[in-house]
Amino acid sequence: MRKTTRKMWAAAAGVTGIALLATACSSDAGDTEGEDTDEGGNITLTVATFNEFGYTDEMFEEYESSHPGITIEHKKAATSNEARENLNTRLAAGSGLSDIEAIEVDWLPELLQYPDKFVDLTDPELDGRWLDWKVAQATAPSGELIGYGTDIGPEAIAYRSDLFAAAGLPTDRAEVAALLSENGGGWDQYFKVGKQYTDATGKPWFDSAGAIWQGMINQIEEPYENPDDNSIIAVDNPDVKAAYDAVVQASVGDNLSAHLQQWSDDWNAKFQAEDAFATMLAPGWMLGVIEGNSAGVTGWDIADVFPGGAGNWGGSFLTVPAQGAHTEEAKELAAWLTAPEQQLKAYASKGTFPSQVEAQESPDLLGSTNAFFNNAPAGEILVNRSKGITTVYKGPNFFAVNDAFNNALVEVDVNGGDPAAQWDAAVQAINALG
Amino acid sequence: MATSTKPPRTDRRVSGSTPRAPRRVGFSQTLGRWDVKVSPYLYISPFFLLFALTGLFPLLYTAYVSMHQWHLIGGQGEFVGFENYAYVLQEPNFWKGIRNTFSIFLISTIPQLLIAIVLAALLDANLRAKTFWRMGVLLPYVVAPVAVSLIFGRLFSDQYGIINTLLGNIGIDPIGWHSDILPSHVAIASMVNFRWTGYNTLILLAAMQAIPRDLYEAAVIDGASRVRQFFSITVPMLRPTIIFVVITSTIGGLQIFDEPRLFDQLGQGGPSRQWMTATMYIYEVGWGNQKSFGRAAAVAWILFLIIIVVGLINFSLTRRIASETSTKSRKKVRR
Repeated sequence: MRKTTRKMWAAAAGVTGIALLATACSSDAGDTEGEDTDEGGNITLTVATFNEFGYTDEMFEEYESSHPGITIEHKKAATSNEARENLNTRLAAGSGLSDIEAIEVDWLPELLQYPDKFVDLTDPELDGRWLDWKVAQATAPSGELIGYGTDIGPEAIAYRSDLFAAAGLPTDRAEVAALLSENGGGWDQYFKVGKQYTDATGKPWFDSAGAIWQGMINQIEEPYENPDDNSIIAVDNPDVKAAYDAVVQASVGDNLSAHLQQWSDDWNAKFQAEDAFATMLAPGWMLGVIEGNSAGVTGWDIADVFPGGAGNWGGSFLTVPAQGAHTEEAKELAAWLTAPEQQLKAYASKGTFPSQVEAQESPDLLGSTNAFFNNAPAGEILVNRSKGITTVYKGPNFFAVNDAFNNALVEVDVNGGDPAAQWDAAVQAINALG
Repeated sequence: MATSTKPPRTDRRVSGSTPRAPRRVGFSQTLGRWDVKVSPYLYISPFFLLFALTGLFPLLYTAYVSMHQWHLIGGQGEFVGFENYAYVLQEPNFWKGIRNTFSIFLISTIPQLLIAIVLAALLDANLRAKTFWRMGVLLPYVVAPVAVSLIFGRLFSDQYGIINTLLGNIGIDPIGWHSDILPSHVAIASMVNFRWTGYNTLILLAAMQAIPRDLYEAAVIDGASRVRQFFSITVPMLRPTIIFVVITSTIGGLQIFDEPRLFDQLGQGGPSRQWMTATMYIYEVGWGNQKSFGRAAAVAWILFLIIIVVGLINFSLTRRIASETSTKSRKKVRR
């Protein structure tokens, strides 16, 4: 008896082992099968996004019911970096990508070098759907359109009216906008008011030098690269050096920064702290982030103003990788998802501000308010802020160059490094790219 | 074998002239001989075939890639010989990666091994609820590295982390876990130790239990104290296991990736690459901004050679240190 049970156990263990191996092997095969056509002509389209695009299950169900035979699977990556790495790796491998892949504007240029890896989405019917500069961002030099625009990031200033009141600054959003618009409304004015605030309270004015850097760089037309030949000009560009000096002076010299690296644990925690920062540069999608990090904090508001004119921070595109099995159907779905109606639903769900002309004129958008930000008319403010946004030329090395400057600013702002030495370090890192 | 089979054959040829019919060697007998000679190799061949497929081939292919310009998306380019190696060797970030790897490796492996041996010795003693304690030691190993990194990331936050808050309470200035080089290495090493100490403890514990108990009894009769027993019996008898543990943790330690990568939200190893390890550098070169597989492959090969060298050094060191006395005595006996 003893022996037989032992043998039974061994056999059972062996069978389970083999079964586990078999399932481990077959799970991959199952995935690819799902993408293939079934007997009935049913196909599954996968949509890969990151962070929050605002696409709801109801939207996908709506599409599925109007397009019988199509099932949509939504994959969500936590961060844009993660999505970028996944995309690069699988693009290199030549398989494994979703039928629709979301791409962020900052790393779109490096992919624009390989338009043949993506389906050309040019469609005369969709002419005029998006803002012109949004379409230009996703158009390869050879003319292919590789992505349909989803959202954009027009920037306003988010501020804490309770902290403003304590410092004797105006609290009403119109008055705050007027105050920051004085003297031409440039960055100087923003820093000047900040100095008043910090001198009065001893508390930080903004969250991070890196954020201010993003705001400034997104207003320089050709910051890092020469559009003619994509050579890197960042190091010799006087505008870039001036922005660096201004950010360093405001953050460290005047001590206006909270000395935090954006998205770090400390940064997340600071929203709740006693000595929290009073203002933030707020593109549309940042409003959701602020709300998420500020549980229990009241007083946030949005002012219809932005230093140095309009600016765009972020925004994404939907692309159809050429390696997919159902590119035609995927293209149709991408077009549908980026249509004004759908983008308005996404805005309602997660606040991603539409890049579609028609959606921006919609009364639903213009009339929308944000309860967390003291019922500010967020839609109207962001529409106002999106006017006058100029195209920033972002070439294949934009992401890498910006990374180098961001690292230098973290060293200076957060870790107390020497500004000149860190500029040299950034220059060295940028020279290594070429 | 070969020498012993030959003489009979020549005998047979000589005796072939005699009327006695030559004994035919049956095919089954040949098969039998092959069976004896070949089948042991066949039995172990699956491992080597698998290794050739999943280990050797990638290794050689990596060497091939490292001799070319090779873009992540663009694919294979020109043959460039050792240019990638030369480029990588003059990159300051590569040397930072090597420095950080060795620093984290030393800070994690040495305390880890010492703690593991002591813990194993404690667990080897007569304890109540033995299995509970033993499983307890292994528990951190079960936790996913990502989860460990998230938790430790919170602990080691620069401004609002628990550790800096506690240090502040006893009047010590906050430590820049994410800005200074050595503190960041200590923080990462603590994650590695948290995860791997229990695992090594159990391996050493298993080896300890295989030590014949009569040795201890004899030592007790000779009047040896517990500490003396530990250093004169336990540690020398653990020699082969310690070598194994040292080699595996060398390989693991020099390839450390998850913990430092997840130490901050960007995963680059810090703004000035304070805690970027060699494997993270491979990833950065291959998949990051340069997207150069050729250079990444070159770094991978350099790291491979470094690991072999360090492994050999460790091997000879542990052989010498772990049981100087026992090898000496054994050698005497052999002579």
